[in-house]
Amino acid sequence: MRTALIASALAFALTSPCFADQADTIAQEADKRLHGFGDSAATLKMTLVNPSGQTAERALRVQNLETGDGDRSLMIFDTPRDVAGTALLTHTQPGSDDLQWLYLPAISRVKQIAAGNKSGPFMGSEFAFEDIVTPYWQKFSYSFVREEKCEALTCFVIERKPKDANSGYTRQQVWIDKQDYLIRRIDFYDRRNTLLKTYTATGFQKVQGYWRPASMLMVNTQNCKQTRLDWSEFKFKTGLKKDDFTENALKRAR
Amino acid sequence: MRTVTYGALAALGLTATAYAAPALKAEVGLEATAYFQDGTQDQSSKQASLRLLGDARWDWNGRDDSFTLKPFARLDSQDRERSHADVREALWLHARGPWQTRVGIGQTFWGVTEGAHVVDIVNQTDTLETPEGDARLGQPMLNVGWEREAHLVDVFVLPGFRERPFAGSDGRLRLPWVVNTDAATYESGAGRNHVDLAARYQFSANGLRLGLSGFRGTSREPELQPVVDMTKVGPGFFAPGYQPELQPYYPQITQWGVDLQLTRGDWLWKLEAIDRDGFGPKRFHTADAGLEYTQVGVFGSRCDLGWLLEGMYDSRQEQATHPFEHDVLLGWRLAFNDEASSDLLLAVLRDTEHPETYVRLKGSTRLNDRLKLAVEARVLATRDPQTPFAVLASPDLDYKLRSFGDDSHLRAELTWFY
Repeated sequence: MRTALIASALAFALTSPCFADQADTIAQEADKRLHGFGDSAATLKMTLVNPSGQTAERALRVQNLETGDGDRSLMIFDTPRDVAGTALLTHTQPGSDDLQWLYLPAISRVKQIAAGNKSGPFMGSEFAFEDIVTPYWQKFSYSFVREEKCEALTCFVIERKPKDANSGYTRQQVWIDKQDYLIRRIDFYDRRNTLLKTYTATGFQKVQGYWRPASMLMVNTQNCKQTRLDWSEFKFKTGLKKDDFTENALKRAR
Repeated sequence: MRTVTYGALAALGLTATAYAAPALKAEVGLEATAYFQDGTQDQSSKQASLRLLGDARWDWNGRDDSFTLKPFARLDSQDRERSHADVREALWLHARGPWQTRVGIGQTFWGVTEGAHVVDIVNQTDTLETPEGDARLGQPMLNVGWEREAHLVDVFVLPGFRERPFAGSDGRLRLPWVVNTDAATYESGAGRNHVDLAARYQFSANGLRLGLSGFRGTSREPELQPVVDMTKVGPGFFAPGYQPELQPYYPQITQWGVDLQLTRGDWLWKLEAIDRDGFGPKRFHTADAGLEYTQVGVFGSRCDLGWLLEGMYDSRQEQATHPFEHDVLLGWRLAFNDEASSDLLLAVLRDTEHPETYVRLKGSTRLNDRLKLAVEARVLATRDPQTPFAVLASPDLDYKLRSFGDDSHLRAELTWFY
């Protein structure tokens, strides 16, 4: 009995940091392949589907820039028409809270908004803002779960726990394929640790050497609503600079 | 000066047209207002209004240059003064690296608080649109901005002054005496051609956003001077058909301002304060400071509930020219986070020294991709309005909202977007 206990404690001591290391390495590799693009621009169509099948659409343009101290992103809304010209600027910082500014053209006003809002529905969709921004591996702690088949590929299944207290999740289970380290699926567990949503990415294409999914689907298993993101016109290295992600740039974005 | 500005703009607009077809947008708003009772001076309790806003934009030079034209017009069934038109923007914008230049008629807003716009001064307030002052008249400007990392500098040269509009005799939410905007006078000999200067420096880092601003020129707020024909004043009454009037006087002022927001997690800390010299008998300061706390996903729902608390102060106290000289704002902002982006804002403004309360409820929801519904309610709980004669005999400085005591109302606007 005692021997067994010691043995299992020993086994735990030996394997668990090793498992964590393996999960960290996988997450870092996936992160590395997602980054390094410099800057990007894309068009996004967001389709909201309610349980009875009714749909609502939003169209926006998204620009991203990698800088030494984090990512900057600018989202500009084209539809619905009442929010056309509204723009959202985000500075994502690996080591600290993200910063966000919203420009409201009707009152020509820039508002800095609370970063805590990241866990709420983004534009009434099933995506939270924290699901849309490029994740940094530093923002989670990891553990390795298993390897398993995912469609034609083999995936690492790892679990990650957000370090940010403002996150809406206790944990996420992430499927990353062994071949290209692309995130294929994420199960999100809410603050009560029950399954809230499932994310799947499909239609991966290599654009200028970077893999990007053409479509992302988020299915909320609690309210039976879903949201699909269709990405198009992906471009990398378009020449965007820090000057294109300032407060003045936010106001003139449209 | 003015002719030159408009001429140059027209030329620019034409040049821009030659480059490409513009991106066009428009909105049409149909507004209906029901007042709880007839006005103090027999103004009607029903009001219908039509609002038009155009938006044309030409881009060239890889979007580094643009020309924006935003004409605005309102037709009002009740108030001739509220039927008005304005060029909200006719602006050439040029961006290059950290620099941005804006030439023409433009809009600039400074400030962070919900209760009062204390620091904002570049544009004249279009008081006929909302009593809260969220709409502003287009301001002729030359603006040069520079922004890099934590620093943002904006310098403005403002030729051409825009007078503040006031409700006419048939309008609601008006003062007991009509403001005769045609009789405006100026301290500056240049009148409304005085060239004003304004600048603002902003420092932002890690959730701190601090703005320091200065303005020198024609006050956007006029001093309202009573003009009474004493031959028409009897003992306790005015001669039949006679009413005294208020005439706007625009002095030259120097104003220093600070606007600050500290964003920490779900908490926003806000401050706006000014020091103004040249307006009224002595230099004064005004401030609005408070906080906003947001409960994300309140009660386990999708909704976010924001709590607002602000305190407003004016060193002139009862001599202040606005009603929020010692007031507290308590408010709730509810974002439903639904497909229709529905939201609701309830704000209660209460005078701390006299039982005077102003309640404002604002909500909106999207009906479809092109249609939006907004509803508003404003309720004023104060003393009954004074008669025009009583205002002359014993003006009430403690109950500054008294003139609007009968003007509580419900308003709905349907807006079509094209």
